[in-house]
Amino acid sequence: MDEEIRLMKGNEAIAHAAIRYGVDGYFGYPITPQSEILETLEELMPWETTGMVVLQAESELAAINMVYGGASTGKAVMTSSSSPGVSLKQEGISYIAAGELPALIINVMRGGPGLGTIQPSQADYFQATKGGGHGDYHLIVLAPSSVQEMADFVCLGFDLAFKYRTPAMILADGIVGQMMEKVRLPKQRARRTDAEIAEQCPWAVTGRPATRKPNIMTTLELESSTMEENNRRLQATYERIRSNEVRYQEYYTDDCDYLIVAFGSIARICLKAIEEARAAGIKVGLIRPITLWPFPTEAIASMAQRVKGILTVEINAGQMVEDVRLAVNGKVPVYYYGRMGGIVPNPSEVIDALYRDFPEINPER
Amino acid sequence: MKKEIIIAGFGGQGVLSMGKILAYAGLMDDLEVSWMPSYGPEQRGGTANVTVILSDTPISSPVLDTYDVAVILNQQSLDKFESRVKPGGVLIYDPYGIHHKPTRSDITVYEVNGMDAAIDMKNSKTYNMILLGALLAIVPVVPVESVMKGLQKVLPERHHHLLPLNREAILRGMSLVNGK
Repeated sequence: MDEEIRLMKGNEAIAHAAIRYGVDGYFGYPITPQSEILETLEELMPWETTGMVVLQAESELAAINMVYGGASTGKAVMTSSSSPGVSLKQEGISYIAAGELPALIINVMRGGPGLGTIQPSQADYFQATKGGGHGDYHLIVLAPSSVQEMADFVCLGFDLAFKYRTPAMILADGIVGQMMEKVRLPKQRARRTDAEIAEQCPWAVTGRPATRKPNIMTTLELESSTMEENNRRLQATYERIRSNEVRYQEYYTDDCDYLIVAFGSIARICLKAIEEARAAGIKVGLIRPITLWPFPTEAIASMAQRVKGILTVEINAGQMVEDVRLAVNGKVPVYYYGRMGGIVPNPSEVIDALYRDFPEINPER
Repeated sequence: MKKEIIIAGFGGQGVLSMGKILAYAGLMDDLEVSWMPSYGPEQRGGTANVTVILSDTPISSPVLDTYDVAVILNQQSLDKFESRVKPGGVLIYDPYGIHHKPTRSDITVYEVNGMDAAIDMKNSKTYNMILLGALLAIVPVVPVESVMKGLQKVLPERHHHLLPLNREAILRGMSLVNGK
């Protein structure tokens, strides 16, 4: 398959991108608002073309443990779910991180807590960026804001996961999962051969040749000094990721007096609000973190040197705002505006929030 | 050119697919497009709406609070969206089942008897294409030929024998507007 431009939902784009990247296996369990990922894969039947395995597991727990097993063999494997389902996967995710295994996990967030609602949310920011499962680990967390990025981040997520031998997560929301936009799908790549995997992943459990010792995949280590070593190795990896992989996008930041920080689809709603505010002569800029972990701390810290105030907009009770405040370190006021329970703010609410927090710019004052 | 359009009505009326065909037509015309549905437990009888944006420049927000054009197919949607049409904008509605007609005078309101036309065509499934035709006659955001190309993409091949019927429905919708 050649590169092609199509119109599709974000969820569908993930499925197409996974096949075209040459993913070896997808293991999932349906849940709204991301069921189209599994449905599209089933419809496209990649097992008959690329040989990719697509399996509806009996539960989220089974699915994430299939990913754990598949990743141990050096295969490019992935799973997807939405918030309550991703909670179920957390034990497995911690094991995959501890095993230093590459894998891609997709969370198309819906409103919680509990079973919550099927409408969009960003309330799993803490879960995705601060751990989620037990132990000192991080995921590389990518936040797509368009259908194109849903496709692109499948490829980027796997590339980073294999580069650093750590699981990556696409943290999307119901909006970008359900909306349709133009997307440029990449050219079909061949899946790696067993020989290529053995060569590229010398750590993988692929059947021991006579030339090396067995690779053993375990996360249990009862000798504390060794376990501390394992932790130090993980932390060293995270340090490398922090220095190399921070990604973000700036909009209208050259001359802005005020800054909005928002991620995912909400960043686009904020961008529309900013366009309207600028038409009224108010200079607002936007930083959209693309990697939520590692967080663009330095970019925000440097903006704090030259703006009068910062507003974060999220569809949760205020989660990323904590990382923004840590970055700003008290330099300027940092405010939060958001909705919960599946309600998505519209652009005029964002403008109202700017006026609320920065009354000096309100033309009606 | 940028048109921000909301299409709203009952689930089962073909609201989402009408938006989808419009979006595909935009794609055929090399426009930037965004199709954002209300999703969830909406089904036959419930309410459903979709925001379609067609633009020759990149689209920022797929979620909007005001619209250039509203296509309204039931009372609940009229109640919800009449006030959200931009001043100077267009509101197209089907009077079938509407008890309280739109009252705004700062927008252009078109009443289109799509339901009657669909009954006349003896095929209720043509309803959304009739409304799409009316929309295109009032706001020619894409040519009919692009819509037909879009339809060809949306419809699985086994339904391609329905393309002429859909074209007829679109033209019927256009004549409902132009005939007046």
